[in-house]
Amino acid sequence: MPLKPFKTIGIGVTFSPNLKANIYEAARLSQMLNTRLVLVHVGDKSLEKESKFKAILKPFLENNLEVEIVFKSGDPVNVILSTAENKRIDLLILGALQRENFLKYYVGSIARQITRKAKCSILLLIKPSIERIPCQHIVVNGLKDPKTKETIAAAFYVANALDVNKITIVEEVSKNELDVKVEDDKSLRMANIVKERIKLRENARVKAIIEDIPETYTKDVKIKSQPIFGKKGYSIGHYAQIARADLLIMNSPSKMNFWDRLFPHDIEHILTELPTDVLIIQ
Amino acid sequence: MSPKRNKLNVFLKALPKNIFAGFVVSLIALPLGLGLAMASEAPPISGVIAAVIGGIIVSIFGGSNVTITGPGNGLVDVLLVAVTTLGLESAYAAIICSGIFLAVLGFLRLGKLADFFPSSAIQGMLAAIGLIILGKQFHIMLAHKIKRADTIDYLIEIPYTINDAIHYDKTGLIYAAAAGVLSLIIMVLYPKIRNKYLQLIPAPMWIVIFSIGFSYYFEFIAHQANPISSVYMISGIPEFKAIIAQLPTVNFSKAGTFPFWSSVLALTLIASIESLLSIKAVDKLDPEKRRSNVNLDLKALGLATIGSGFLGGLNVVTVIARSSVNVNNNATNRSSNFFHATFLVIFIVLFSTQLTRIPLPALMAILVYTGYKLASPSTIKRIFSIGKEQAIIFLVTLIITLKIGLISGILSGVIVTFLIHIIINKSASLFFRNVLKPNVLMYQEQDNGNYYVSIKHFCSFLNFYRLKEKLDAVPENRDVIIDFSLCEFVDHTVMENLNNYRDLFIKRDGNFDVIGLDLHNSDSKHPFALRRLLPVPGIIKSGRTKRQKTLEEIAKNFNLIYESKNEKNTHFLNKFYFFRIKVVNHIYNKLTAKNGSISIFDIEFSEGELIAKETIKTTMLFMTLEKTIPKFTLDREGFLEKLYGFASHKDIPIKEHSDFNKRFYLLGDNATAVKSLFNTEITHFFESNPYYHVESNGECLLVFNKERLASTKEVKALLDYGKRLKEVISK
Repeated sequence: MPLKPFKTIGIGVTFSPNLKANIYEAARLSQMLNTRLVLVHVGDKSLEKESKFKAILKPFLENNLEVEIVFKSGDPVNVILSTAENKRIDLLILGALQRENFLKYYVGSIARQITRKAKCSILLLIKPSIERIPCQHIVVNGLKDPKTKETIAAAFYVANALDVNKITIVEEVSKNELDVKVEDDKSLRMANIVKERIKLRENARVKAIIEDIPETYTKDVKIKSQPIFGKKGYSIGHYAQIARADLLIMNSPSKMNFWDRLFPHDIEHILTELPTDVLIIQ
Repeated sequence: MSPKRNKLNVFLKALPKNIFAGFVVSLIALPLGLGLAMASEAPPISGVIAAVIGGIIVSIFGGSNVTITGPGNGLVDVLLVAVTTLGLESAYAAIICSGIFLAVLGFLRLGKLADFFPSSAIQGMLAAIGLIILGKQFHIMLAHKIKRADTIDYLIEIPYTINDAIHYDKTGLIYAAAAGVLSLIIMVLYPKIRNKYLQLIPAPMWIVIFSIGFSYYFEFIAHQANPISSVYMISGIPEFKAIIAQLPTVNFSKAGTFPFWSSVLALTLIASIESLLSIKAVDKLDPEKRRSNVNLDLKALGLATIGSGFLGGLNVVTVIARSSVNVNNNATNRSSNFFHATFLVIFIVLFSTQLTRIPLPALMAILVYTGYKLASPSTIKRIFSIGKEQAIIFLVTLIITLKIGLISGILSGVIVTFLIHIIINKSASLFFRNVLKPNVLMYQEQDNGNYYVSIKHFCSFLNFYRLKEKLDAVPENRDVIIDFSLCEFVDHTVMENLNNYRDLFIKRDGNFDVIGLDLHNSDSKHPFALRRLLPVPGIIKSGRTKRQKTLEEIAKNFNLIYESKNEKNTHFLNKFYFFRIKVVNHIYNKLTAKNGSISIFDIEFSEGELIAKETIKTTMLFMTLEKTIPKFTLDREGFLEKLYGFASHKDIPIKEHSDFNKRFYLLGDNATAVKSLFNTEITHFFESNPYYHVESNGECLLVFNKERLASTKEVKALLDYGKRLKEVISK
């Protein structure tokens, strides 16, 4: 199967101090993944603005990058979502915010709404930079979920495009699956046996997924799988932080209702506490 | 032999030991039971009933191994309130209700309840209970019964009672007070006398034996009436038959009132806290290193309390003092608890009339001593040494418990602790934003099977249960590494609990290391002091962490020099390829050999600059060699490409060592020189040892393996590896 999940990359741009860094990241990624780039600016079109964007894009345009700049005023969330659909954007790049004085990043309210509603993949960048910082380690989820197969495949695709040579697949196993409660020595032994069994099962499952991916994508990458018993969506972020991953790739969340937002789970945890750049595969 | 037979055999073999342990415990349980019950103004026998029912039921249904159950010290005050405000019959009803609640706690698996209270607040509450017991019983011990409304008044009036006691003129009172004082002296001196035969019988039983002997002396030898005033003798010990025949009436008519339920609540709370703390403490003493099932124990205690309430007994809790006596007398399983109950029944059947010969002051002396132990100056001094804020928490809880009551006391302790945490961190949002987050991550490292636990945000009594849950799932004979480097604040409760875990793991051949705290600041030098991550690392810190202390110990054992301070002079590292694109901030916790040839240190370095900056802390070994060798870098296959990401470097193959070539990645500018260095001996050394990243810059070697700080055990392994490597290379 030919792996080419992304054809058009989109990024929302405003005139902020991060503008140049944001555009550079997006353009560089477009080049590496060999895609089109769409810049979406929420606001009226003007020659001045357009020339500014073009000036920044100059080195990439010289390299024959296909770029389109869209100007549209209105509610930022709606504009970006509708443009993404019209222009068939399949990877939307969003910037994260940093909590004052801390090395902590979170997704602002607009980006968060877009993340929840978007029908395409989302890349959340925590620290865009003009110079390329090589990406060296990707952490990807290996949840037991129909979407996982595609997500892992995308991870290998990205890893090859970005020259990453280490991928860790994290299988999060929730507490409920482990229906032995540790209370004394006997139940502890039981729990550990069950855990071992689950680990073997999970590793086998992930191995099967990897075997389905064309070998050209997997042969140059060091693959590690790490089962974790913990809260879904949260522990993988925590792990990515500890393992000092450069990119975390996750499944898109399943449909959410009111309660999910009140008691955050899965992806919502990551959005309040970005451990690293996060790619959500749709 | 079938396993079942085998088990039975082991049980039968251990039976004599357990019977003996049960006997010794019953000797201490009898006077304590009588005393605790009388201090609660319940009939003296109710304490013994609680011990008997508790011993039988918990030994059959419980989930712990060498604990002893019976009436508890902590409950004296709450029971007293219940008995005086509700009356005895309704108090039994309250006891039964609290038993039901206790069992419900067990069914809901709320054995973790006690973890939600800050340990200084619990200490404050226990000290207050101690003072209440001491304050009330002190007067009776000196034969000076008084009744006051406020518990503090009892304490204030102690000097007056002493003054009165010195000036007694009635012989009855003088003898009574003398019995009390003598008993107190026995209690105080007993632990200081190390005599095999004397120690066979516990101190409280000696007091009982002496007082009964004294009474018989006057009856049979001196032919006089007992000189101790009859007001101060134990009364109302029924015959065994009477206990069975006359079950007390239990009155539930006050079940609609507020005082009833507040009593039930207080009884449940204190009973569960006392039991859980005791079980935890006794588990540490268990010679067979078993883990208690606390929830099962709570259920059994609840059931026992219900039974005890119906039969006219007090609340049943797990008690630490009697349990420790049990362990000291080589008890091995729950049957000793059962035999302790059996012996109590035998005592009551055979000697119930003799028990009335015990003077009240003698019994109360035992309680005064217990109270003193709970609120002993050494406990208070310890709390103060941990930090000012712990002293405040302790004192607030203590005073409010004395002034208002137990529930208000412990609640105020929780609130004050939380407020202090907010003030120390100058941020409430740290807590509110993160309290619900599952901030603990644990996983088994794939390469060595160690359990690695990382904690984010903050870790205090509010969310310690999450960490505890993870730690409880680790077998105690494994290696655990707790990493606090992502955690901004760690409180005293957590530090103390981790220390308990550490003890437990070490006792059971495991290893428990806390890392990432060296950059946190604390106010006192105490290892349990709370710690906050400093916004600017590098300020001189007071108080060393346990890891630093252990490193200091390692230094002593291996004849090294230990230096904990940050060292900025790190130019010697710049020559290494690894640091080519990295900036070394400082090294700290440095262990150096006396001749300076080998050193191990924690290092903080960063990759990238400004917004892309990442700070990494790890532990490295550095050594200088006597001869020059070619520059090379060696690591496991697949690891170096990640570190350097250059295709221009080629893996240097070593002839006839395919295993080495397959597993290791070797880099060097001068391939022929590197090849000649890697002779068979060196290659074999690398093949047969764990993976480390080894780098030579010509004159020196740099060795490390993790991108995190090493635990103290790993430091030792690294040191050993370095030494052997040096030997092999220098040949």
